[in-house]
Amino acid sequence: MVVPLIAAPLMVLLRHGGFAWLLATVASWSSLAVSAALLGEVAGGGVISYAVGSWAPPWGIEYRIDSVNAFLLVLVSLIASVVVIYCRDSVEAEVAPEQHYLFYTMYVLCLAGLLGIAATGDGFNLFVFLEISSLSSYVLIALGRDRRALMASYQYLIMGTIGATFIVIGVGLLFLMTGTLNLADMATRLPGVTDTRPVLAALAFLTVGISLKLALFPLHLWLPNAYAYAPSAVTAFLAATATKVSVYVLLRFYYSVFGESAIFSALPMGEILLMLSLAAMFIASIVAIFQQDIKRLFAYSSVAQIGYITLGVSLDNMTGLTGGIVHLFNHALTKGALFLLLGGIALRVGAVRFDAIGGIGRVMPLTSFGIVIGGLSLIGVPGTVGFVSKWYLVLAAFEVGAWWLAALIVLSSLLAVIYVWRFVEVAYFREPGAAVAKLREAPLSMLATSWLMVAACVYFGLDASLTVGGAAQAAAELLGSGR
Amino acid sequence: MSPVDTILTALAVPLIGAVLIAAAHRAPNVRETITLVTATALFLLVASLLPEVAAAGRPAVTLFEVMPGLALKFEVEPLGMLFALVASVLWIVTSVYSIGYMRGNEEENQTRYYVCFAGALASAIGIAFAGNLFTLFLFYEALTLITYPLVAHHGTAEAMHGGRVYLGVLLTTSIVFLLTVIIWTWSVAGTLDFVPGGILEGKVEGPVVGIMLALYMFGIGKAALMPFHRWLPAAMVAPAPVSALLHAVAVVKAGVFSVMKVAVYVFGVDLLSSETSTDWLAYVAAFTILAASIVALRQDNLKRRLAYSTVSQLSYVVLGAALANAAGVIGGTLQIAMHACAKITLFFCAGAIYTAIHKNDVSELDGMGKVMPFTFAAYTVAALSVIGLPPLGGAWSKFFLINGAVDAGTLLMVAVLIASSLLNVAYLLTPALRAFFLPAKDTHYAGKVHEAPLACVAPLCATAAGCVLLFFFAQPIFDFVALLV
Repeated sequence: MVVPLIAAPLMVLLRHGGFAWLLATVASWSSLAVSAALLGEVAGGGVISYAVGSWAPPWGIEYRIDSVNAFLLVLVSLIASVVVIYCRDSVEAEVAPEQHYLFYTMYVLCLAGLLGIAATGDGFNLFVFLEISSLSSYVLIALGRDRRALMASYQYLIMGTIGATFIVIGVGLLFLMTGTLNLADMATRLPGVTDTRPVLAALAFLTVGISLKLALFPLHLWLPNAYAYAPSAVTAFLAATATKVSVYVLLRFYYSVFGESAIFSALPMGEILLMLSLAAMFIASIVAIFQQDIKRLFAYSSVAQIGYITLGVSLDNMTGLTGGIVHLFNHALTKGALFLLLGGIALRVGAVRFDAIGGIGRVMPLTSFGIVIGGLSLIGVPGTVGFVSKWYLVLAAFEVGAWWLAALIVLSSLLAVIYVWRFVEVAYFREPGAAVAKLREAPLSMLATSWLMVAACVYFGLDASLTVGGAAQAAAELLGSGR
Repeated sequence: MSPVDTILTALAVPLIGAVLIAAAHRAPNVRETITLVTATALFLLVASLLPEVAAAGRPAVTLFEVMPGLALKFEVEPLGMLFALVASVLWIVTSVYSIGYMRGNEEENQTRYYVCFAGALASAIGIAFAGNLFTLFLFYEALTLITYPLVAHHGTAEAMHGGRVYLGVLLTTSIVFLLTVIIWTWSVAGTLDFVPGGILEGKVEGPVVGIMLALYMFGIGKAALMPFHRWLPAAMVAPAPVSALLHAVAVVKAGVFSVMKVAVYVFGVDLLSSETSTDWLAYVAAFTILAASIVALRQDNLKRRLAYSTVSQLSYVVLGAALANAAGVIGGTLQIAMHACAKITLFFCAGAIYTAIHKNDVSELDGMGKVMPFTFAAYTVAALSVIGLPPLGGAWSKFFLINGAVDAGTLLMVAVLIASSLLNVAYLLTPALRAFFLPAKDTHYAGKVHEAPLACVAPLCATAAGCVLLFFFAQPIFDFVALLV
């Protein structure tokens, strides 16, 4: 995690696009290696604790890796490593040359922030990293060549800042009540003061703040524009990681700090989260159906899919939480793949609107077919990762005896059929227009990385032992830690 | 080759074929040769499993676990063996026919067509050999998706609409009902394996059994139980060979095969017959049989008429499962094979008529029997087989089904079966009678014989002859199917 932080100032000093890319690549890949090693270390259920500056926790800042965040660290650095390769051609086309060094600087800063959020065991430190990742992502979005990107970035800036402020107020209140910023320490001191008003206020502030960052319906308004107008690589990276890390923060506070019983038994948080998740799944999917811009379409679909993740969390049982966490991973893969592929189309066509890409299946067969597979994963067709998630979510619904919920989950996936099929019909059954007929496939570096993600969607759909195993362990840890 | 290797090879062969077909898109002759070779190889592989299965062997292979406790698993038992045999034999015939039809009509996108066809066969074999519900569902969905490009093949507004209905109905039923009940089954039974005698016995009872059965039966939309039958007529916009193989054989038979499989290996015949909450199924099946026949009477478009006839005939299999006794299960299973052979002939004929004289409607066929004697002779034979007259294969399945209805003590169902046969006479024989006995309205072809290309006519004569052979050589099939009960 430190590697990207060191890499960032180096890039600013050098101000050279190509070199910055090289450095970003090295930084991402070394993060991946370290994360994978960490996951290996904690696979047995152990916890790694590292005290920054040798100040022993709870006084110093502690980095604390268990199976929950080790899983996330791998996910984030993996996506970053894949996307950075993709960036080379994509950024070349979409970002002004003199800004390339800036792009990669912000990219690694964002990565560092996200990894930091995941790794830290300290409440205030978490906020700092959140701001690092947020501020850099505002810049990344604003680098989009469409002028509306500035507006989208500004919108995200305002809403993101409100979210961050809420989070810091929440953390501050908790500090006031417990006298500590260390999350683990906080958890042990909280039960004594659970029912006090400041703690409840802290919970409310944290919930709203984090929900803003993870785009939980109806706090998702920043997301569609940000995703639609950011450079393609940024969309893919943020869609696959930023909201997922925020979900992690939510899980951390709910299960590890407040404790599962305080959240779900004493307060109706489960019911509230459930209703919002369902609203997201249906309303955002329906909105997605009517989009003309495909990036916006999949952005709304992201809001809906985040609903599945929080739905799993809200069910508050082992299967549901496993389903939520595994969907966090699966959806990151799926959306990452989809936005990368769309980037290929954006590069060639210039726009990813339905009316501009008729017949694209003939001229960009690999890209189009990849999007179809990604779409099938969103629907949850067996053989793709989406199926695995849905299986666990429906199973969890049956376990809590909510057959109506099972029915709603499968019904909402039908909405995905509709918006995915809009793409299929346009791409394959329309004659290519003159503009489309001239196009070529996306460049190899973009195609290869996108397909790597697509292949992962299928692989982890057929062999889910690794993802489900990891998610189940994480779920067990979260459920265990609150009791 | 060990049986396990054969199973895996049989799954891989059509897929490899699909890749090769795609690679050979510039050389149509090579491409079609690959299709034929692949089809033949698949048939030989499937057939080589027959002795083992007939000797009560159950070759099985577990590939890998997808999720904890949930494996991709294949197991060959008599029902799946029969379905795989039917599908692979008829793929060979259809491939020959496709060449004649697609070239005769100068269709576009032929490579996509052959690739999807091979993919559909791979999925059908996957369904046939599935060793648990999860594997079955995986290939069931794959079959839906891979056949979509075939249905929407022409890319016209009408074809797109047909494709949407096809996909909409099949995906909606399978995701909303079938997936839900599969997960439900998993949560109550703890397993999804196909076990003789069923896995739900003792796990559920009372009205819940009826609800689960409803979710299964309507969830398997490919069985076209009313009111989820609309996709079948909608899919008739596809080229005739697609209708023939997929909508008379692979897709719909995958549906009723799954129905049978669920009845025998998930619920178990005992549970179905002892539980009163499952009785409704026979009535829904009977209603579908009669209602679809009546709708078929009113269709002028020949392919649509055949489509409704298929809806009706599929429910014979569902009825066989619903009767839940030995004769019913045997009759239903025989129907899978008998109806496949007869119905593919009928669709081949419809396609041949379109290719040769460009006619789609029954009312245009007057006097055409003299123009296309072989086609209409084959049509008549196949129609009689669907009706259930000896000496044709269809007689046996009707015989056992009526037996089953008598055993189950429901004379109403006997009456339904007989009434349906009469309706079959009315809507299936009229096109042939008009063709042979009415004077021709269209004098363009007067006095000439104008058949479709040989590659079209030969397959339909072969399958018509098959209907006759199935009557005389039904004993081995019967012995084989009797292993089920």
